[in-house]
Formats: sequence, structure tokens, C-alpha cells
Amino acid sequence: MEEILSKAKKVAEQAEVFQVTSQRTPVKFEANQLKQIQTKESTSTALRLIKDGKIGFAQVSGSVDPETLINMAMETCNFGAAARFDFPGLNSYPGVEIYDPKVEQITIDEMVQIGEQLINTIKKHTPEILCEASIGKGTASVRITNSNGGKAGYEKSFFSVGIEGIIVLDSEMLFVGDSQSSCHPTLDFKALTDEVITQLELAKNKAESATQAMPVIFKPNGVASALISPLMTAFNGKIVFMGASPLKDKLGQQVFDKKLSMWDDATVPYQVASCPCDDEGVPGQKTPLIENGIVSQFLYDLQTAGLANTRSTGNGNRGGGLPSPSISSLIIKEGETSFSEMVKSVKQGLVIEQLIGATQGNILNGDFSGNVLLGYKIENGEIKGRVKDTMVSGNVYQALKQIEAIGNDVRWVEGFLRTPSIFCSGLSVTAK
Amino acid sequence: MRDKLANILKGHNADYIEIRFEEGQSTRLIYRGPRLEEIGRTSSIGGNVRALVKGGWGFVSFNNLDRLQEKVELAVAQARIVGKGNSEFSPVEPVVDIVTAEIKKDPASIPLSFKKQLFDGYNDIILSTPKIQTSNISYSDGRKKTTFASSEGAYIEQNRVDVSLRLASIAAQDGTVRQVGLSLGSNGDFAAVEGLQNQVKDLAQRAVNLLSAPQAVGGEYTVVLDPVLAGVFVHEAFGHLSESDHVYENQKLRDIMVLGRKFGGKQLNIVDGAAVPGLRGSYKYDNEGVPASKTYLIREGILEGRLHSRETAAKMGEKVTGNARAINYSFPPIVRMTNTFIEPGTISFQDMISDIKEGIYAKDWYGGTTSLEMFTFSAAEAYMIRNGKVAELLQPVVLTGNVFTTLNNIDAIGNDLDMNQGGGCGKAGQSPLPVSNGSPHIRIRQCLIGGQ
Repeated sequence: MEEILSKAKKVAEQAEVFQVTSQRTPVKFEANQLKQIQTKESTSTALRLIKDGKIGFAQVSGSVDPETLINMAMETCNFGAAARFDFPGLNSYPGVEIYDPKVEQITIDEMVQIGEQLINTIKKHTPEILCEASIGKGTASVRITNSNGGKAGYEKSFFSVGIEGIIVLDSEMLFVGDSQSSCHPTLDFKALTDEVITQLELAKNKAESATQAMPVIFKPNGVASALISPLMTAFNGKIVFMGASPLKDKLGQQVFDKKLSMWDDATVPYQVASCPCDDEGVPGQKTPLIENGIVSQFLYDLQTAGLANTRSTGNGNRGGGLPSPSISSLIIKEGETSFSEMVKSVKQGLVIEQLIGATQGNILNGDFSGNVLLGYKIENGEIKGRVKDTMVSGNVYQALKQIEAIGNDVRWVEGFLRTPSIFCSGLSVTAK
Repeated sequence: MRDKLANILKGHNADYIEIRFEEGQSTRLIYRGPRLEEIGRTSSIGGNVRALVKGGWGFVSFNNLDRLQEKVELAVAQARIVGKGNSEFSPVEPVVDIVTAEIKKDPASIPLSFKKQLFDGYNDIILSTPKIQTSNISYSDGRKKTTFASSEGAYIEQNRVDVSLRLASIAAQDGTVRQVGLSLGSNGDFAAVEGLQNQVKDLAQRAVNLLSAPQAVGGEYTVVLDPVLAGVFVHEAFGHLSESDHVYENQKLRDIMVLGRKFGGKQLNIVDGAAVPGLRGSYKYDNEGVPASKTYLIREGILEGRLHSRETAAKMGEKVTGNARAINYSFPPIVRMTNTFIEPGTISFQDMISDIKEGIYAKDWYGGTTSLEMFTFSAAEAYMIRNGKVAELLQPVVLTGNVFTTLNNIDAIGNDLDMNQGGGCGKAGQSPLPVSNGSPHIRIRQCLIGGQ
């Protein structure tokens, strides 16, 4: 890395080298049986240059020849965007705990046993179920160094367990599942199997939904599948700067129900999305996005912050190219209502565990419309059974403007989101 | 190289081992609004070893190609932990071949300055349209050389050049945001992304028109899909369920998906095949070294075939089809689609809509997904059909269906097959895999649409 940086400094005004190496071992089960063990090692090195005030970029996976990498980046500099930032000098970083040496000590045999136990627990409840499961462990090492003296880096460990079960009955399929992840190797396996078994119980009976506007309770996985993508887009400083976010001129305004508070946080201990710094060496932080319904901040990387005359919030993350604003962990504040109280208060409505396709409409505008992969009908305060061939549609700005209730059942889903159940009224439900 | 790999593959106590190396370069340009925000080049080199022992698989992927012998041993050792039964793996003749890329106008030969000028031009068209707020353009081209060797003696080098372009125009007014996108791609031909000025102009205008368009009322409609959206429909509605790795270890699903079952009317024929030449999902050999083929999934409404890897074909007692694909070296191959389409019928678009009193005409795609049984697909453009005529513009609609009923509700198939090259398919974390899909115009009765 130092060699690349010192050579790059000779040809450009500023330079930055970003390197990530990772090793992961997923153990995979198919149809209740152990199927495959994988070992994945990867290394990639990215170079960002600022030459004549313009940004150049190149990235190499595998072994790096410094000259080649520099030449590739130099070629792009001629056409690059004007840089609106300097690489950060030496920073002090928050102490974020994200490495547990116990992850590397977990053996493949232990991972296989975890998978077998999870599947056996679920099979004991429903013998005809076929499960796919994945138990994964890994470590990643990130190093950033730049020509302004900035140096950052960290080691991270991660461990994850996911399970999906399918039951086929005549020409009908039922999918259930859940997942957990952490930088610790110890997860709450009982909570995971309890969740799957609860889904199986609630889906036992069939129910029909009417076509009309009705109250909908999104469980945490349902919040993730329907409501989060539009919000992530709207709070992205780049989308705001482009004028494509409906929140662009709403800072400080009451846009959402005052029960709703949401923040981004890179510093939650042992969470897989946490890190002491982002992918350009800016310290990780906690950034309030919605405070009691009021829009409080947007998320920025260095370049976008420069364009928008503000500061980076430490959200410059990379997905194979230049850093761009994206969330760390997104957290929605829990409420006071239990899930069962919410259900009791509904005369006719739905519970959503999972919508499919909800993010494939006009999410810039906050719209969502998806098919209920797993969801239940509520009648007179009781869950009656599973609904199918049903669509739920809405707009997050309307749905979250007046929230009926926020649950006290906050939990992590999909590794990046901590959310309670959210109870919305008057969503459009269309059924066959 | 061939001898070196053959030596390394010798003498392991495994039923099958393969090694795959990949070497690739790519260039991408991303515009956000008036700025060319990102221009970057990447290059990558990596590989993997996959081993089969007594029905269990081990897989090792890496960027460092040194110490290959140890990697083979690790993959075999992992497979041995898993393997408890017998390996079932369809026999194929080991192929030795070197395949050059199908290149028409090589994107690598086009200077960056020329590419920038072309996309600057498209961007100017979008941004100079009144009421347009901003734009998104992302372009990438890449070349990849894959080297494959197996313990059975196969050795295949394949080269491929892929081009893709996505343009989006975004209109905004009083807190309402509308976007319209266009995706294009090709297998080795830069010309596919040139000369789009008229389409781009239309794209920008459509986003503006949507500012005042009403939303559809949710419910069941007779819908007519244009070839692009019908292509996404066939991919989501039936293509994924044809991938045998969803089915082969689930006896109940195998019973449901029994060959000979009726899924649609006599006029319905659905095909997938990488052997259909010149398309984005075309290739000569899949990532298990199996020659590409063309498979009828549905012929005259009846389930006739499905897509296989060597393992799924063996376990289901069917012929291999050459559909085992991996998006890159860090993944094992899994069963994937290639070029998937509904074969043309005889009905003209005019005849198809002439007797629809009230329906929806849905065009172009925004996305699509499936759970196998239920699927959704979203249009980028939608109109009401009233009294046999295309009427007012609507907000884009999201459509949904059920594989066991929706295919049966297709009651008209047009004569105007067109293939869409702009898609990318995602499965098991491997996305976006280059595929193409297509169809003529089709009409579906009682299709569920989400809305107000």
C-alpha cells in the first residue's frame, strides 16, 4: 500500500489507497441436509487520485502491480468529476467493538452442528418442512492510507445464521424463515427457531382478504421489505443534492408522525454494519435522521458533502466503485405497544411478515407495492390465518405521517436494521 | 496452463474436481445529474476449486493463484466432511476448446473520450427537457476470460465482452418525484448503446408526463404486456420455477412440476437457451463445461423440460441442458436462465386490444421478483385501455400473479417477438447475471394490479 501511495503522490496532487481483505466460510444446508462447505478469500485494492483538481479511480482484485493501478487511475483523471474535498488527515476514531477472536475459533464441525440443531428443532414442529440453512463465519481487514497523512483501518469478525423453510401442499407453497448476525459467534438460536415456529403456527389456517383500504401491521422483517428502501433513498445526501428526494427542502420540518424517531449509527458494539470509520477514513458516528417526526439530517460522504456545503457524516461506503453515501446501521426507536395489543385493536386488517417486489416501483417518490409472501388476516382482534394472492400498496410519506402505534418488539433484521413493528392505517390492499 | 492444471487435478480421492480461473477488465461511467460523477477502471484476477465427494461439495475461492495444490486439497477435504452418500453427476464428454469472444464493435477499442461524449449527449437531452429535475446514467463494459479445467480432462477457455447501459430521467414538482428508466445491453457490441437520441428524448418526456398522471385503481384487470415487460413476466413467472435446483430435492415440488402437466393454453410455447446466438445470455459452454442448448420449457401449454446443472440432471434422470452458471469466480455455478422467451403467435396488437372494454396496457420494465409460486413484475409505463383503444397515461403499475393460474390466463399471443437485452438476473446472492428475455405482446385475463 505504501509503495502505491508514494508512487501515486508523484503523479497526482492527492492520493488515497483503500484495501480490504476478507475470509469467509459459509456452511450450507439444502433440503435439511448438509450440502456444501465453502472457503472464500478475497483481496482488493482501490486507488483514488486527485489530479488537476479532478478525481480518478481504479480498483484491482487480486495481486496488484502499483504501476498498472496508477496508470488505470490516471487515465480516468482526465474525465473525472471536480474534487470538492481533501482526503482527511490523521483523525482520532471512536472505539467501536467489532472483533471477537472467538469467531475464528469456531470449527466447521460446530457450524454443522448448529445447522443440524436448527433444522431438527423446526422439523420437530413441522415434520414435512424442507429447510435451507446457511451458517457463516468470517473476518475482514480494512486499511486506508492517504497523501494527507490519514491512516485508518480495522479488523472485523462476523457470524451469521439464516434459515428458510418451504412447505408444499397441493399447488401451494409456504415460505418461512429468519436470520441473525453479529460480530460475536453466539447468537440467540432459540429466538430464531421460535420466530420460524410462530410463523408456521400463524400460517396454518388460510384466510381471505377483502379489496379495500385497511390497517396493516408490519412486523420487523415486513418493515425491512416494504418501508426501508424509500427512506434510505430519501435520506441519502446525494439524492437530496440532486433534488430527487421528496425531503430535499424539509430539514427541520415535521414530515412524519411524532412517534417516529430514526437514526443511523456506525458505533453499535458487535453489530456487523458497525465500524470506527467509513471507507474513506472519516470517523463513524451516530446521526439522527428523524427526531419525533422531524427531519433532522441527511447522510453524506466527503464529495457529496463538499458539493452540498456540509460535512461528511462518515457514511462514505464503497460498493466496488467510488465511495457514496449509504447507511451503516439504521435504527428505529421502539414504541410502547406490544404486538398483541396492536392485533387486538384491529377489526379487519393485515399483518405483514414479508412483501416481495415492494421496492421495485417508484421508491424515489416513497411508493411501495408488493405481493404478500407471508402475511396474516386479522379479524376482530385475532389473527385468522395466512393470506395469499394479495397486494399491499402505499406511500411511506403518507403511511408514516400518522402511525397508529409503534411496537415495543424492537429487533435486528437483515444485519443492518433495528426496528419494532409499525402499525399503519388505511393502506390499499388488493386481493384476488 | 492446460498441463499444469491437469497435473494439479490428478491423484485426489474425489469423484469430481474442477478449477476455474477468471481474468477481467471493466470500465464504468456514472452520471448523476449534470456531473460525470464517476469514471473508473477495474481489473480482477481470481479463481476457484470445486470438489465433489460422495455427494458433498467443497468450494474454495481466492484472488491469489499461488499454492493451487493446497486449495484443491482444501476443497476436497471440505467435500469429504459433507459427503455421506453417492455422487450423482450426469456424464458429459470432456471438451477441449478455445472460444473467442463474439465481438461486433469492441467497446475496448472505443476511446474513453468518445464514450464520454456519447453519454454527455444523452444526458444533455434529458436535462434540457423542461421540468426534468435530474438524471442517472450508468454505463459499463467488461471483458472476461474464463479458463476451466476438470478432473475428467475438460479444458475450455472462453472470452466474453459485455456492454450495459441504464438511463433514468427524473422529474419533480411540489414534492412529487417521477422516474422513467431504460436499460440496454449487448454481448460484445458497443453499437447497441449508440444512436439512442430519440429514445432518450422520449424517456425524458415520459417522466414529465407522469407528473400529472393518475394512479391505477388496484384490482383485477385484463392486461396487455408489451414484448419487453412480457419478457420480464416469462422470466419471473415461469423461468425461475424451471430452474431444477429449486425442485430436485423436494419430492412434492417434483410431483407438481411433473413433465406433461398443463400450465397454459395450446398457443403457449416458452423456450430458454444459451445456444440461441448473439444475445446477452448466449455462450458456448456453461461453467461446468457443458455445451449450451435450447430447451422448450413449455410446448403447446404443456410442461416439457427444465433447466439443469449436471447434478440436478442426474438426480432427476433428465438430460443436461448447460445452464450451470456462476456470476464470477467467488461463487459456485448454480442453475440459471440464459435467453428466455415466449415464441410468437399470430395475433396483431390491434386485434389483441380491440375487444377490451376496460383494461391496462403495461410497457417496459422496472423490476421483477418471484417466490416461485407468486411473482411480481413492474412496468415502467402504463395506460388504460378503453373500448379497444389505448387511452390515458397512468402511473407505472406493479403486477402480480400466481404461476399455477396466471399462465393459464394468457389468452392471446402476438406476432411481434422482441428480445430485451437490458436485464440482469439475481439469485442466491449472484447478481446481476447477463440474461436476455423476450416475448411478443401478450394478453392476460384477471391479472392483479396494485394501486390506490
